[in-house]
Amino acid sequence: MGVVLDPLEFGFFVRALIASSLVGVVCAVVGTYVVLRGIAFIGDAIAHAGFPGVVAAYMLSIPFYLGAAVAAVGTALAIGYVTKRGGLRQDTAIGVLFAGTFAFGVFLFSTIKGYVADLFGFLLGNVLAIGPEDLIALVVLGVGVMVVVALLWKELLYATFDPLGAAASGIPVDRLEYLFLALVALTIVVSLQAVGIILVVAMLITPAATAQMLTARFTRLMIGAGLVGIASAILGLYLSYWLNVASGATIVLVETALFLFAMALGQRGLIARRRVRAGGDEVALGPGSR
Amino acid sequence: MTLQPPAEPVTTPAHLERSSHPLDHAVDAAHAHAHADVWLSDVSAGYGDRTALDHITAAVEPGSLLAVVGPNGAGKSTLLKLMAGLLQPWTGRIEILGAPPGREARRVAYVPQAELVDWAFPVTVEDVVMMGRFPRLGPIRRPGRGDRRATADALDQVGMSAHRRTQIGRLSGGQRRRVFLARALAAEPDLFLLDEPVTGIDTTTQELLMDLLEQQARRGKTVVATTHDLACVAQRFQQVMAINRSVVAYGPSNLVLDADVLARAYGGHLLVVEGRTVLLDDAHHHDAAAPGERHFHEQDPGR
Repeated sequence: MGVVLDPLEFGFFVRALIASSLVGVVCAVVGTYVVLRGIAFIGDAIAHAGFPGVVAAYMLSIPFYLGAAVAAVGTALAIGYVTKRGGLRQDTAIGVLFAGTFAFGVFLFSTIKGYVADLFGFLLGNVLAIGPEDLIALVVLGVGVMVVVALLWKELLYATFDPLGAAASGIPVDRLEYLFLALVALTIVVSLQAVGIILVVAMLITPAATAQMLTARFTRLMIGAGLVGIASAILGLYLSYWLNVASGATIVLVETALFLFAMALGQRGLIARRRVRAGGDEVALGPGSR
Repeated sequence: MTLQPPAEPVTTPAHLERSSHPLDHAVDAAHAHAHADVWLSDVSAGYGDRTALDHITAAVEPGSLLAVVGPNGAGKSTLLKLMAGLLQPWTGRIEILGAPPGREARRVAYVPQAELVDWAFPVTVEDVVMMGRFPRLGPIRRPGRGDRRATADALDQVGMSAHRRTQIGRLSGGQRRRVFLARALAAEPDLFLLDEPVTGIDTTTQELLMDLLEQQARRGKTVVATTHDLACVAQRFQQVMAINRSVVAYGPSNLVLDADVLARAYGGHLLVVEGRTVLLDDAHHHDAAAPGERHFHEQDPGR
């Protein structure tokens, strides 16, 4: 038990454990809708768009999450607008915004004289560096996101599954779309310090993708994704501590390993599909089977 | 598809010209406006710079069972989307249940075409039908006993209770349409807007769905459905609107469904066998045509 309990004597480790568990759950819950909507690319774009906000916050000496929130939510709403109104293909418009905002962050970064290790932490994640004030802010933000999802889960579900039917029956699908993109942006802000800009998309996508291999029911999918998210966060953090390696990357690797495991052995995974096909049973099991 | 040269070109008979056809002005505009559940006045709409519907005027009274027919690309789905408030018209006015489209949305149930639904989505039959209850619940409130009863009742009506825990991708085409009709029923709307509800399904299911829609119409609910199936229209719908970008004919189904009107609605895609109109639209295939079939090949209306 020593290897498990000993690290808990360190404040930084306890903070890291709370932060990564929070990130694991919030990302998995919001990520369930991201996966079902097929907007992983948008999640990645919003994460990269947070970078200039983080750098600007550093330069202005304000908390990083304020800068990141402004930049990420702003970009998320811009993506929502371009998607609806723009004459461009959605992925083209997002690609332009994505690279442009990130380049602006790198540009700002390069104007800072001297070595800024803190900012590198936001690219690749450094959950062990989270301070007590930052942690409180992240918990408030993360819980806020969860509360909004808890209040609007059914509207988000209907709008995701059948946007036309939902809109026609009075669900404010357009406003929900913007709200959801803002939730994705805030989720990413909560996750930036723990896993970093480059890997945060994995935290959003992988738990839900893993759960999809195990169940075909929405509520179970979301709960399963949450469990995968929190288990990966805790296991990954301990592994990174024991092995003295990067925490964000280790958490993502644990999630990836769980995904591969589920894909191979899950009841909706590869082996199960092969068995179904061999049995000649025409059963739709998921994407690709239509 | 390629069309062979017309064996027997048919031009629009003079008595079918828009201004003179008796069915075109079957409804008196002012009277219809006051009583209609669905009212469109000189509505044009489209996507980008492509016109899908041109100067549509129509009034659908409460308790109507109306089929919207026409070839692919005629604007059937667009018309339904306008009624559902999913698309804004370029010009003209629309009123749905006495208000602009969308205002009375909770009294409207819209069912999209089956092709537009993600059948791999992780929801069960029961989950989908329950969605019909969400709009009336509003945000925050969770589905309660009444909602579960309405869901169970709707599933019972369409005969899908036994499959309520099945993921929707595992259902047959007919079962899928049943589930979406159950969702509409569970919403207890005053207006049903159904895009291709009976396309590609078995006769038993078609009969069942039409029985249910007739029942709703008898209770004073209004049903507007697009369809390709003219046999079903002739047997089961009271009213027909034949469109091909504009309204070709609109009125009781026995009057509208005559070969000349349909020839105009369907342009070059009408097939008549021994005096009976049996097949329309792009499903029509010349190579498979039996001897003695007669083909109408009118001018192709902008397709």
